[in-house]
Amino acid sequence: MVDFTLWDIVRNLLLAARWTVGLSLVAFVGGGIVGLLLLLLRLAKVPGADRGVAAYVQLFQGTPLLMQLFLAYFGLALLGLNVSAWVAASLALTLYASAFLTEIWRGCVNAVPKGQWEAADSLALSFGETMRHVIGPQAMRIAVPPTVGFLVQVIKGTALASVIGFIELTKAGTMITNATFKPFTVYACVALLYFALCWPISAASRRLERSFKNGR
Amino acid sequence: MIQLDFGAVLVQWPALLRGAALTLGLSAVAAVLGVGVGVACAWARAHGPRWLSALVSGYVEAVRNTPFIVQLFFIFFGLPSLGVKLTPEVASVIAMVVNLGAYAAEIVRAGIETTPRGQVEAARSLALTEMQVFVRVVLPPSLARVWPALTSQIVIVMLGSAVCGQISAQELSYTANLIQSRNFRAFEAYIVATLIYLALSIAVRSLLNWLGPKLIFGRMPNANR
Repeated sequence: MVDFTLWDIVRNLLLAARWTVGLSLVAFVGGGIVGLLLLLLRLAKVPGADRGVAAYVQLFQGTPLLMQLFLAYFGLALLGLNVSAWVAASLALTLYASAFLTEIWRGCVNAVPKGQWEAADSLALSFGETMRHVIGPQAMRIAVPPTVGFLVQVIKGTALASVIGFIELTKAGTMITNATFKPFTVYACVALLYFALCWPISAASRRLERSFKNGR
Repeated sequence: MIQLDFGAVLVQWPALLRGAALTLGLSAVAAVLGVGVGVACAWARAHGPRWLSALVSGYVEAVRNTPFIVQLFFIFFGLPSLGVKLTPEVASVIAMVVNLGAYAAEIVRAGIETTPRGQVEAARSLALTEMQVFVRVVLPPSLARVWPALTSQIVIVMLGSAVCGQISAQELSYTANLIQSRNFRAFEAYIVATLIYLALSIAVRSLLNWLGPKLIFGRMPNANR
């Protein structure tokens, strides 16, 4: 029987945590790109975009992320694509993040005073110019704290990818538990590592929010 | 060519119904207890002694910065080594209450902080005790103000409970998993379960939006005057 020291457990969890970070970044960046596209479709008043995106957001916010992961995993397989858990998890989490980010950012754009749109219109700026020079910079300032805060939600969301067999922090915790029979220690370490990842980001989001409020 | 066969899944409707019922049941218990924990924590942070307030802050931060699935695994797999053995359902409810309690604490606190000072001063000048001031004057309008946020959080916890199937609590996602392991119609089973979750989340949201004013504003004697 092999003896596992605490350091063995922590070292293996740290190695697995790289995948949590990687998956979070992929989902966050991918979700940001898709979310921005959806937002622009809505703002540009593309016919049907408003309703379509609203339904999309409702669909992703009204169903469990776990089900979305299962559907991506089995749905892609049904299409004849032999995908790894890594691809399925990236896809599901990207779509999930895009639905939340597009909704967060829509709120930020709405928070920009209406007069700014009218002023841009009266200067005969095109939609692209209005977004780039007038609305975008102002909305982005408002958007930073909630967007950073949402990153925490994405990191926590990646824990569910363990269920479809993607080996990240949580899955590694389960595997190490099965080898060591020390669930209390292992899951406490897993939780601590998530906390170490998420807490600085939460704190940064709060600080940004406060400085933004004071700056106004 | 993809051939979908929803009939093979829908024929199992009694199992799906039982799963949905347990999801709703777990969520209902967790919602009541979780909001209770949230209110108690919000009180502790606003009026409790310093050590209690620090303890509550630690709890809130710990829960908000770790995934629900890890909290659930810690309670279900970790606690038995301390001699606390729990059934999957009880472990699920505890995890959901602990989770919702932390988020509700932050939400309720935000409501309490926006209470106008004059209201508290007026209540004190009527010789109400500190407890009476909190329970009868500060809390009801605070809850009414943050009710939409609380509703959202309760729905989020209900959707999060899909994970409880992983510790074999026999709720909706567990049922879907069971069905697909019998007939290998995984995609169809999860589509059906997902749509049921969507319907549940819309129904619970409308129910709480309707129920909230009845429960909370009803206890506010001067709400409409």
